[in-house]
Amino acid sequence: MNNPPTTEPVDHETEHYAHDVSKHVRGYLIVGGTLLFFTALTVFLSYVNFGTQKANVAVAMVVATIKAGLVAYIFMHLSAEKKLIYRILIFTAIFVFGLFWLIYLAWYDPVVH
Amino acid sequence: MEIPYTVTARPDTGLWNAKVGIWLFLASEVMLFGGLFSAYIFLRLDAEPGYWPHGLLNVPVGTGNTAILIASSVTVVLAWAALKMRQFTRYKIYMGITILCGVAFLVVKLAYEWPQKFEHFGAYIKPSALEKYEPYLGNKHLLSEGLPPRVEITGHLHNHEALHDASIKDYEVGLDPIYTDPTNPKMDRPHFLYVPPTEKIAHIDKADVDRATMFLPTHNTYFATYFTITGLHGLHVLGGVIVFTYLWLPFGSRLYRQNPEHLANRVEVAGLFWHFVDLVWIFVFPLFYLL
Repeated sequence: MNNPPTTEPVDHETEHYAHDVSKHVRGYLIVGGTLLFFTALTVFLSYVNFGTQKANVAVAMVVATIKAGLVAYIFMHLSAEKKLIYRILIFTAIFVFGLFWLIYLAWYDPVVH
Repeated sequence: MEIPYTVTARPDTGLWNAKVGIWLFLASEVMLFGGLFSAYIFLRLDAEPGYWPHGLLNVPVGTGNTAILIASSVTVVLAWAALKMRQFTRYKIYMGITILCGVAFLVVKLAYEWPQKFEHFGAYIKPSALEKYEPYLGNKHLLSEGLPPRVEITGHLHNHEALHDASIKDYEVGLDPIYTDPTNPKMDRPHFLYVPPTEKIAHIDKADVDRATMFLPTHNTYFATYFTITGLHGLHVLGGVIVFTYLWLPFGSRLYRQNPEHLANRVEVAGLFWHFVDLVWIFVFPLFYLL
């Protein structure tokens, strides 16, 4: 059976961790500012004519992916996680890829074409 | 019975249990929103030229709401960091700001954005009647510019009873600015600032209309996906606000006194959910408001 949890934090461990976290606070603020900048950039770029609507969509999705990456990597702490979390995410990515692959198959219908 | 591994890591996974739980839940959420986004892609790719509208949403308001969500993502991670540093007062402040941001987002959406849409009207003109409404649509100009045609006339409906009364033969519409000067190149693409419907009235014969409704989910596939995805996203924001409020109220103080690390872990888990909600909005905003 599982062991009962430790409910009392060890003082020296807590202090060490607190020091570690305090170093990241400035980074969180910088990432927040960067996300706001990228939001303004997304709005600006949407009014730039890149030739085709598809090109505009592609540009906006690239910026959105960078923003999402920052949120996941920094705010959601994926920069330093345990292996199990990455394994869960790899499986998720495979299923999402499969889902969007279905759209490709349905839209371009490569079997018929 | 005490739930095990809420604070310390399980030896086999190296993680406390709630963290594994929330990531598995987020994985299922990715598939949920992924399914809705793939429906969006299908419907958009399949839309006939002119039938996927642009510029119907208020971009400054959407941008403001995006900024609110980003700010709340920062404050929730600062609230967690404050707990890790055992600064409970700071935690309360940052978490309070996060809750306010979440509430502000919902108020903007539910008290301003959605009602504004419910009061807006659009009539899809039958292909055979497009020529008759050319002075409002400006399709010859759009064709010469290589742009998709306009097939809908939108604005403020003056005679609401026309929606239900078959004896009324036309819709009296205060036109959106785009239809008052349709050949002006400045009207070719949506504007950043929202401009309300004008006083210029158009009478649209019901016999010339394919379908005409207020901007409800039934109006077109664009609004169907818009209301579905932003509605589901809004429910997630509401869920996050409820959990944050629970952790902010005296329950949080009590747990902090018992075991601050346990509260920090709960805030981290709720924060991970909140960041995911922010992450979804990062894609919703350009897809619906800008593109």
